[in-house]
Amino acid sequence: MTETHIQKISTEVTINFTLNGTRSQYRGSPFKRLSAVIRDDFRLTGLKIGCDAGDCGACTILLDGKQICSCLTSISSADGKTITTVEGLRLEQTTRKLQQSFAKHGAAQCGICMPGFLIAGASVLKKHEKPTKQQILDELGGVLCRCGAYQKIIEAILDANNPSLETKEPEIGKAVGFRYPKTDGMTKLTGEEKFGADSIPADALWLRIIRSPHDSAHFELGDFGPFLKKYPGIQKIMTAADMPFNRFGVYPHIKDQPVMAENFVQFKGEAIAALIGEKETLLQVPLEDFPVSFQVNVPVLGIEAAKSETATVLHRDHADNVLARGKVHKKNIEKGFQESAFICEEFFQTGFVEHSYIEPEAGWAKIVGERIEIMVSTQTPVMDKMELAGVLLCDSEKIRVIPTACGGGFGGKLDMSVQPFIARAAQLTGRAVALVYDRPESLASSTKRHASKIWAKFGCDHNGKLKASQLFAEFDTGAYASWGPTVADRVPVHASGPYYVPHVKNDSVAYYTNRHPAGAFRGFGVPQSTIAHESLMDWLAEKAGLDRLEIRYINALREGDATATGQVLENSAGLPQCLDALRPRWKEFLDEVVCFNRVNTQIKRGAGIGCMWYGVGNTSMSNPSTIRIGISEAGTITLYNGAVDIGQGSNTVLTQIAADALGIAVSQIHLVMGDTDLTADAGKTSASRQTFISGKACELAGKSLREKLFAALGLSVTDAGNPLHRIERENNLIGVRCNNRFYGLDTSVLEPDSNGDVLIGEGYFDPPTSPLNSEGQGNPYAAYGFAAQIAMVEVDMELACVKVLKIAAAHDAGKAINPMLVEGQIMGGISQGLGLALMEEYVSGQTENLHNYLIPTIGDVPEIECMIIESASPLGPSGAKGVGEPGLIPTAAAILGAINHAAGIRLKQVPVLPHRLYHELRKKKGGS
Amino acid sequence: MGSISKSYFRPDNLNSALEFLTPEVKVLSGGTDFFPERVGTDFAGKILDICSIPELKEIVETEKYWKIGATVTWSDIIQKILPSYFDGLKLAAREIGGVQIQNQGTIAGNICNASPAADAPPVLMTLDAMIEVSSSSETKNIPISDFILGNRKTCLDPAHLVTAILVPKLKNRTASHFFKLGARRYLVISIAMVSTVIEIDQGKIASARLSIGACSPVAKRISDLEKRLQGSSIENSWEEQVLPDDLAELSPIDDIRADAVYRKEAALIMLKRTIKETRMKFFS
Repeated sequence: MTETHIQKISTEVTINFTLNGTRSQYRGSPFKRLSAVIRDDFRLTGLKIGCDAGDCGACTILLDGKQICSCLTSISSADGKTITTVEGLRLEQTTRKLQQSFAKHGAAQCGICMPGFLIAGASVLKKHEKPTKQQILDELGGVLCRCGAYQKIIEAILDANNPSLETKEPEIGKAVGFRYPKTDGMTKLTGEEKFGADSIPADALWLRIIRSPHDSAHFELGDFGPFLKKYPGIQKIMTAADMPFNRFGVYPHIKDQPVMAENFVQFKGEAIAALIGEKETLLQVPLEDFPVSFQVNVPVLGIEAAKSETATVLHRDHADNVLARGKVHKKNIEKGFQESAFICEEFFQTGFVEHSYIEPEAGWAKIVGERIEIMVSTQTPVMDKMELAGVLLCDSEKIRVIPTACGGGFGGKLDMSVQPFIARAAQLTGRAVALVYDRPESLASSTKRHASKIWAKFGCDHNGKLKASQLFAEFDTGAYASWGPTVADRVPVHASGPYYVPHVKNDSVAYYTNRHPAGAFRGFGVPQSTIAHESLMDWLAEKAGLDRLEIRYINALREGDATATGQVLENSAGLPQCLDALRPRWKEFLDEVVCFNRVNTQIKRGAGIGCMWYGVGNTSMSNPSTIRIGISEAGTITLYNGAVDIGQGSNTVLTQIAADALGIAVSQIHLVMGDTDLTADAGKTSASRQTFISGKACELAGKSLREKLFAALGLSVTDAGNPLHRIERENNLIGVRCNNRFYGLDTSVLEPDSNGDVLIGEGYFDPPTSPLNSEGQGNPYAAYGFAAQIAMVEVDMELACVKVLKIAAAHDAGKAINPMLVEGQIMGGISQGLGLALMEEYVSGQTENLHNYLIPTIGDVPEIECMIIESASPLGPSGAKGVGEPGLIPTAAAILGAINHAAGIRLKQVPVLPHRLYHELRKKKGGS
Repeated sequence: MGSISKSYFRPDNLNSALEFLTPEVKVLSGGTDFFPERVGTDFAGKILDICSIPELKEIVETEKYWKIGATVTWSDIIQKILPSYFDGLKLAAREIGGVQIQNQGTIAGNICNASPAADAPPVLMTLDAMIEVSSSSETKNIPISDFILGNRKTCLDPAHLVTAILVPKLKNRTASHFFKLGARRYLVISIAMVSTVIEIDQGKIASARLSIGACSPVAKRISDLEKRLQGSSIENSWEEQVLPDDLAELSPIDDIRADAVYRKEAALIMLKRTIKETRMKFFS
C-alpha cells in the first residue's frame, strides 16, 4: 500500500453516481455526510437534516434501491451507485401516484418529514405490490412525524394503487366544508418546498453559537487573539457587547432574556458567544477551545428549590423567584365543599416536554439597502420584526421578515431563536449570514412545556353534580419569562374543566429556575391541569356510582351556563354533543374490556375518557388579524395572508374561506404568506386562533373585495350579496357573471398600488373579550373549543408496559372548514398527547438527542376515529372555532383513565414510563 | 503516513485495510454509531472505512461455522435463509432502529461499539459466537464473552480488525427467541433484552443458552439456569425452573429509560416468557 491510496480529508476526490436518473459527479472531500453532499453540493434540498444521527429519518434516500439515512453514510459509499431522493420520485409512475395519494389523503402537515416517508413508502411498494398495514408500519418505523399524521400516511400508502387519485374541485361557493387537499401540499411532496435551511445562498457566512455547559455560572471571556490566530477561518466573534440592546422577550413589559449572556449564565445551553465564518471552516473549530472560564454556582433546579427562602434570586426584580401568578375565584369555595357529598383531592406531577419539531431552528439574513431581510422558520413574523427592532434599536420598518415554510412549531417557534444572531451578524459583516441549529443545540436551547406540580380538589353532590373545584398549579418556568405568564393566566381559567361548577378557586404560580425557559407548547399548561381535573372526575364518578362518561355529561358546560370566570356561554358549547357522539363507542369499549379481561390475566385492557375546553385566541387581550385580498391589473386574485401556516393548514383553510366569500374557485386564488412587507399583521400562529380570527378577517376581506368589484363594474352592492353571481374569468378579464351576462373589469382604468393591485378588500377581526378582574372574573375568550376523547389501552400487568389500542375523539370545531385538515389536527394532537402520557420527559443534560428523548413513532399511535361536531360560533367564519390545540389536551387524561380502568392504579405522574407503573403495581399488590 | 492528521481510507481489499491499521485509526463499518457521535463536529483523525471490501460483506457456510462478515448488515441477516438457531438474531435485527438502520448498521460494528444496551451481544452469546480478528500477520478467534470487556470496551488491540463473526453450527433440533423491552415501538434503545438458543435431543434439553442484555455493562449468560434446564423434558414447563437468584450477577443501572430495580425484575419476567416461547417453538 502506498500513501496515495489514503486520502486526506482535505484533498479532492472524484466520485461518480447516478442521482435521480442523472449521471452525476462529485469532486471534493472523500469523507462528508452524503446528506450534506446532496443538499450543499447538488442543491437538492428535498431531504431534510433533522438530527444527523439516524433518529428521525427525514434524510432518508434510496441507495441502490434500499432506504438509508443519508446522514449516516459518507459520500464515498455512493461511488458507482444509484441514489433516489424525493425529487426523483416523479420519474416513476408508482411513486408519482404515491405522491398523489399522499396529497389526496392529507398526509402532509408541516411536510418536513414527507421526503422521508415518501422514500420509505417507495421502499415498501418496491417490496410489496399491495402491502399490508403491518408491512407498512415495519418499513416506515424509522421516520418520525411530529405532526402525528401517521394514520393519513398509512391510508395514503394503502390507497396508492387507486386509479382515481385526482381530486375534484368543489363547486363555486362550496369550498367551505370541502375536504380540499392542501393548496401547498404538492410542493411538500416533491421536495420543492423551502424550509428554514433550504434557501440559504451558497456564499452566505455561517454562525456557530458557543453555549453554556452549566446550569448556573459566572463566566469570563478570555483573550480571543490566540484563538482567532489558531482558527483563522473565524471572521468575527460576536458577544453580548455587540448587541445594541441585549434583551428580548415576548411580553412588551418583560424583556428579561439576553441574546447572549453577560458575565453569567442562567441555564445549560444559554448562548455566550457566536462565531462567524465560512460554513466548513466553522465546523472544524472545536468549540471546547473557545477562551472562556466558568465559575460554577449552585443552580436553582426545580420548583421546591425556587421557593426555598435561601434560593438564589434569578432576576433582581423578582425576589421570590415568582415570574407570574394567575387566579380565578368564583363564589365561596368552602361553601361548595360543604355542599358536596363526595370530595376527592390529589397531587399530580408532570415533567418538561420538548416540541421536537423535525425541523431544527433555521434561517438567514441579508442586508438590502438600509434594511435587513430575515428568512426564517417562525410562527410569528410580525412579532419577530418588533422583537428584532427592539434588539437592534432600529425602526421596525427597517426590518422585513419573510417566513420560510415551517417544519413544525407547536409553540416552540413563537420565541426568537436564530433571528437576533443572523440579523446582527448580517449588520456587522454586510454579508448574508445563516444559522441552522443542530439537534442537540435545538433541544438544549429551545423552550419546553412547563413542568408542573398540581394539587386539585373536586366535590360533587349525591347525583354527581359538581359543587366545588379547587386547583393550585405550580410551574417551573425556567430561566426566562418566555410565555410563562400566559400559562399562569390560562390555567386557572380552564382548571375546573369543561364543566359547570358553582364554586371555584383556581390559582397558579410560575417560578424562575436555572432551566431552559419553559414557554408555549400546544395548550399553554392546560394539558397538565386537564390530567388533574379528569383524574378527579373519574374518582368522583366512582364515589357517586356513575358511569365516567355520564358524570361528565351531566356536568358539561351548556349554552346559558356560566364558566369559572362567570362568562355566560351564549352559544357554541358542544361538549354534550361530543359525548352523545362518543357514547355508543364508549359502551363498545367497556364491553370489549369486560370480555377481554374475563379471559386474560397477564394483559388487561381498560377504557378511559378525557374532556376538555379551550379558549380560542389570547386570554383577555386584543389579538386582531387583518387580511387583504387584491385583484391585480392582470386580473389575478391574491390573498395577502399574514398568518403563518406551520403545517396545520391555514394557507388552505383561508383560501377556502376567501374563495367562498368572493364567489370564485379555490384554484383561482394566489397566496402570499407571512411576508411582513406584503401582508398585514394577522398575529401569531398560536392559541388555535388562525381559523377563527384570521379566517373571520379573511371572510370579511373577501366580502369587501366582492362588493368593491361589483361597485367598480357598476353593479349594485345588493347583487354582491347574491351567491349565484360568480366571479369568473373570461377572455383574460376578471369579472362577474350576473344573470347570464359577463361583466368584465377593465383594470387599465384603475390605479395599481405598490403590489400591482387595482382593487383591495380588507378584513379585520379582533374577537371581543374583557379583562379579568382581581378575582379572575370576566370574559377572557370570545369562543371555546370543546372535545371529548376515549382511549382503550392494554396493560401488561407484569412488565407494566402500556399500549394504546384505539382512540375515538369527538371535537366541537364550530364548523369544519376542511374536515380532512381538522382530522389532521385531532390526530396530531392525540399523537403528542400520547407522548405526554407515556414517554416524553425532557431531562436537561440527558435527553439532548432524539434517541434519548422519545416521541411516538408510527408503531405507537393507534387507530384514531374522529367525530367532528359542529356547534357553530356566530363570530367565527361560517361558525368555525379553533382546533389546533384541543386535539392534545384530553388525550393524556383519557389514557391515564384507561390505565386505571385496566390496572386499578390512579397515576399521578406522567410520563407513565414502564418502571413508574411497575412500582405502582407492586405497591398495590403489596398493599392488598 | 503518520503525518496525515486527518485522513480517510476506503480500501477494496482486506490486506490494504490491515496494513493501514494503527492505534489512532477509527474503523468505520456501517456508520450508524460513528456519525451520531459526531453531530455538529468535524471528522477528526484517521478513518478506515471497510465497507468496500467484498469478502467482509458475505454470510458464508463452512463446515463448522456460519461466518458473518464484518460488514454484514442487520438486513442481510433478515434476508438470508438461516437455521432456526438464528431466529433470535433475526428478531433482534428487526427490532434495531428502523429499516434504514437495519440496512446500514452491521453486527460487527454493534459489538465493537460495545454499548451495554447493544442488541447483538446477548444474541451472539447464546450462539457461542467467536469473533474473528485479523492483523497483517495473523488471524485468531476470540469467544464473544472474552471479546467485550465492559461498557464500550473490547479486547480488540489496535493492530487487529474484526473480520467476521463465527457461529458454530448446531446439529440437534433448536429453537431460538429474542425479547426486547423498550419504551416505544421502533427506533428504541433497550431497557432490557433476553435471548435464547435451546437444543433438544430425544425430547430433552441438550443445551440451553440464555442471556440477558442491558442489565449489566456486558450482556450476561445465565449459566446456573442453563445447567438446571439441561435434561428437562420438552413436555414439561421450563419457565417454572427460573429463580430470582439466577439473575444475581446482573448489575443494572438507573437511567432515563428505567431504574435498576425495574430492569432486574423485568428481566426475570422476560426470561420466563422467552423460555416459554422458545419451548412453544418446538411444537409449531
